[in-house]
Amino acid sequence: MISYLPLVFVFPLIGFLILAFGRGRLSENLAAIVGVGSVGLSAATTAYVGYDFLTHLPASGAYVVPLWTWMSVGSFNVEFALKLDGLSLTMLSVITGVGFLIHLFASWYMRGDDGYGRFLSYMNLFVASMLFLVLGDDLLFLYFGWEGVGLCSYLLIGFWYKDAANGAAARKAFVITRVGDTFMAIALFILYREFGTLNIDELQRLAPQAWAVGAPLATATAMLLLGGAVGKSAQLPLQTWLPDAMAGPTPVSALIHAATMVTAGVYLIARTHVLFELSPVAMQWVGGIGAVTLLLAGFTALMQTDIKKILAYSTMSQIGYMFLAEGAGAYQPAVFHLMTHAFFKALLFLSSGSVILAMHHEQDIFKMGGLYKKIPFVFACMLIGTLALTAFPFTSGYFSKDEILDQAYLTGHYELWAAGLFGAFLTAVYSFRLIFITFFGPERWRQAQAHGHGHGHDDHGHSAGEPHGAHTLDHHIPLAILLVLAVVGGYIHLPLSAVLPEAHIAGGDHGPAYIAHLPFVASMAGLVVSWLLFHQFPQVPAALARGAATAWIGTLWKNAWGFDWLYDALFKAPFVWAARINRNDFIDGLIGLIPAGLRGAASLATATQTGGLRWYAAVAGAGLCLLIAVVALH
Amino acid sequence: MILVWLILIPFIGGLLSWQAERYSRGLPRWIALLTMVSVLGTSIWLWATGDYSITGTGFAAAAGQTPSWTIEFQAQWIPSIGASFHLGLDGLSLLLVVLTNLIGVLAIACSWKEIERNVGFFHLNLLWNLGGVVGIFLALDMFLFFFFWEMMLVPMFFLIALWGHNIPGGKGRVYAAIKFFIYTQASGFLMLVSILAMVFLHQQATGKLSFDYHDLLNTPMGAQVEWWLMLGFFGAFAVKMPVVPFHTWLPDAHGQAPTAGSVDLAGILLKTAAYGLLRFGIPFFPHASAAFAPVAMWLGVVGIIYGAVVAFSQTDIKRFVAYTSISHMGFIVIGIYAGTEQALQGVVVQMIAHGLSAGALFILCGEIYERLHTRDISKMGGLWSRFPNLPPILLFFSAASLGLPGLGNFVGEFLILVGSFDAAPVVTIIAASGLILAAVYSLYLVQRALHGAPQPLPEGVQLNKQGLLKDLSKRELVMMLSLMALLMGLGLYPQIVMDTAKAPVQAVQTIYKAATTPSVVAVTGANP
Repeated sequence: MISYLPLVFVFPLIGFLILAFGRGRLSENLAAIVGVGSVGLSAATTAYVGYDFLTHLPASGAYVVPLWTWMSVGSFNVEFALKLDGLSLTMLSVITGVGFLIHLFASWYMRGDDGYGRFLSYMNLFVASMLFLVLGDDLLFLYFGWEGVGLCSYLLIGFWYKDAANGAAARKAFVITRVGDTFMAIALFILYREFGTLNIDELQRLAPQAWAVGAPLATATAMLLLGGAVGKSAQLPLQTWLPDAMAGPTPVSALIHAATMVTAGVYLIARTHVLFELSPVAMQWVGGIGAVTLLLAGFTALMQTDIKKILAYSTMSQIGYMFLAEGAGAYQPAVFHLMTHAFFKALLFLSSGSVILAMHHEQDIFKMGGLYKKIPFVFACMLIGTLALTAFPFTSGYFSKDEILDQAYLTGHYELWAAGLFGAFLTAVYSFRLIFITFFGPERWRQAQAHGHGHGHDDHGHSAGEPHGAHTLDHHIPLAILLVLAVVGGYIHLPLSAVLPEAHIAGGDHGPAYIAHLPFVASMAGLVVSWLLFHQFPQVPAALARGAATAWIGTLWKNAWGFDWLYDALFKAPFVWAARINRNDFIDGLIGLIPAGLRGAASLATATQTGGLRWYAAVAGAGLCLLIAVVALH
Repeated sequence: MILVWLILIPFIGGLLSWQAERYSRGLPRWIALLTMVSVLGTSIWLWATGDYSITGTGFAAAAGQTPSWTIEFQAQWIPSIGASFHLGLDGLSLLLVVLTNLIGVLAIACSWKEIERNVGFFHLNLLWNLGGVVGIFLALDMFLFFFFWEMMLVPMFFLIALWGHNIPGGKGRVYAAIKFFIYTQASGFLMLVSILAMVFLHQQATGKLSFDYHDLLNTPMGAQVEWWLMLGFFGAFAVKMPVVPFHTWLPDAHGQAPTAGSVDLAGILLKTAAYGLLRFGIPFFPHASAAFAPVAMWLGVVGIIYGAVVAFSQTDIKRFVAYTSISHMGFIVIGIYAGTEQALQGVVVQMIAHGLSAGALFILCGEIYERLHTRDISKMGGLWSRFPNLPPILLFFSAASLGLPGLGNFVGEFLILVGSFDAAPVVTIIAASGLILAAVYSLYLVQRALHGAPQPLPEGVQLNKQGLLKDLSKRELVMMLSLMALLMGLGLYPQIVMDTAKAPVQAVQTIYKAATTPSVVAVTGANP
């Protein structure tokens, strides 16, 4: 049955080809059937293969399906081979399962768009590339998928290409992740030089034999791989592209920039965890980057007004939790959180898409308000998603986040634990701020309406300004299923123990009992603070915005700590400057001096040919004198 | 004899299509196309039926055995100076001959509508140029090699000077043609001096006057002499490659050349330099080349970065592609001088992949120019809503250019880098930053040309009934789709190329290795 594995990516690829070549010729319905159906078939294949895998567990923990040899040069051999183990099966299920639901939702969301078929074709290509990434048995095959998802992310962020700002956001995303990818490529060079292979299993077998724990080369390699991971997963210091990526259509944000691609860094670290464990320094960096990112992103989310940007910073922050867990050696909780996060964040993004359409393409939460009466089902989805995000007891996020904090504490990473705990408080504050401002409080859209601020994009025939809900099944079903998953997803048991080690917990030390309850307390505190600040006493944040010091901090948070400004000044501006001043290629000018010099010499020589006899005689005489002088002095 | 025909058929076809213009305007095109299709077919047939596991370069000669070639041809030519008409084919030359003929077919196809004046004489020049390049790839006699090397320049000169464009603000097609000619002539002269010096050294040592490749390999020479002669060869090839700072003829030539000329230049003429280094530069002067390697590799790095930065700020789309070519060629320089098997195979794949992708980009430039009457990128903008098919195709080749895995360019660049890392880690790491810069300039092009709101149309350009510009014709679509298929094939299954190039690549690597570690006896055909 395992031989059906390639079908998992073959279906989306065929879907991509049909849609790409049928652009403009397929009707919307036909395009939807192809685009959504291909991912559906892929999900069905995953279920079938996954069932077979779990019932006939291989002795080695993994099945490998070789396809063909990609390159074989001397000792450099790279196979296209698919590897199915507990980790890739988990990723496969998330990608095809959540991916299918998002495709279904997208087929509703994108109705009426000029590029309907093109959109679904990119989405299909993305799914196929993401599957390469997680099925690749070899780091170069993984890199193949890794770059492929980057390209699809670029294409989908810039999908509405007529607005140049979207194109700029897309390029930013691609280039910044490319910086990380290049670090990763250098890691591959080192690994090949040292071990003569890029096969992941081989590397994980050979590396501990050749490298002592803490060896400089091991640290360099792990840090370079981490560079790739932080680029893709939008962690410090390569995080700045993710908020801009929200320029893409909302299903893209749900699929690529929440559920799947941005978690690729987490996957990479889990997949190559043996290499990371050889470098305690790198492990500290993994955890530290996660902790700092989750806090910085949490503060930034507090000050955003765009509903999608709040969710984007929240994603960044939640991935920070996954990195934090991996830094503490708790890979299984990290991957567990990856899955639950995919459920509830996809739910949140899709619901926010529904909110945005209901508000006639309005994304500013301060132009919303009181929506719970207007779109109750979407409100329920958003609320459940938020509860899961804030780890409310017995939702999916509760199990995974609790496990992360628990293990961070038990493995003695107290500083990571403390950061995570404070992060839980922040998460609750910014998440419920979104809920309170969007769904409760005054109906601010009525004022906007009064000001004649109705948006022109109303495709659904309602009077401008009045929020309107969706009523079709292709909208409800994906949300409903994700809603259920966001609640019960925590009860899923992942088959990871054969792939990823348990965290090293010092013998039986479980710490004081109250430790386990602190995350809940922090979340509840956050909820209460949020309720006070953004619902009961909205004059307080308004007053803070007027104070000089607090306003400065607010601006800093709102601009995500000024990283964009810093990178523009450090990298972009000098590059553009260098390119601009050298537009005409100064080397051409330098070489142009040769013919200019020749021409000058020629005209000098020409000038000597005056035709005057006296001048010739004088020159001849002077030459003779010079000759005599030279001979005499010699 | 088949090798002679490979060279001769284009020459005859050129003469025929020149004369055919008397009868009809279309006839020269058809004759030229048939000519190139027939030689392309022949070379593919040679590929399918030949045994390319042997090579004449390198260790066979070094070990004193008679070098063997898959196909060899020798005839008397000018016995008084020891020059003979000696041709040989191995895997490396075969691949480049196939590439030349393929690009030749494309060059003719893409000029179908563009060239209206002197159609016959145009095709004469184009075919003679192609025949000359095939000669370069087959020649095993240095006199013959030099003959072809110079011979292909003249038709190229005419292609630029007679059918080129005079871009407003540019320096004119004649200026560009003369610049191209002087650069390549001057550098070719350096090579001629080196060849003659080698021939005399060889005569001194053995008493035999010969220009033959087999004879001249292992010419005894002192380290100092080897160094200077190597520089002569390197100079010629560095200008042709082109290596920064000898590159400035290329943007001008591309800027003014007709589409077919640019396709030809980028697709194959630049590759003659890489071929020359692999076939002659390194085997003739292994020790000097090994000593020179660090300098050459740094020049490669400079080329990668410099080309990328200058490309970013270009507004003429053809000059843009020209500078990206300079950047991509930097990888080839690094790979050649790294000298490992992976790097050298990467060079071979990169040569073919760049030939295909840069060729395609120049054809697209021509197609855009034909429709918009401008090559100024800043006047494009929003083309995505103007054509159904051209924009995604441009996007595809931009993705190839930025090194997307799955396409040939990635395989080439990755193999070069992974193969060079052991020899020169610092160079490799800096060169890898070229991957970032390639993304920057490629996507910037896509942004400026395709994305954004549609720009007002330049004067005299009309939209059709659907509110679009005229999209690619069937002829143009077939060209583009076949190039896309080839690049994907090269990206997903490069083995078919690398198996063919394996023997020559291993030979070069063996020579190189023997030069860097003199005590090690070369092991025939073994992997490192």
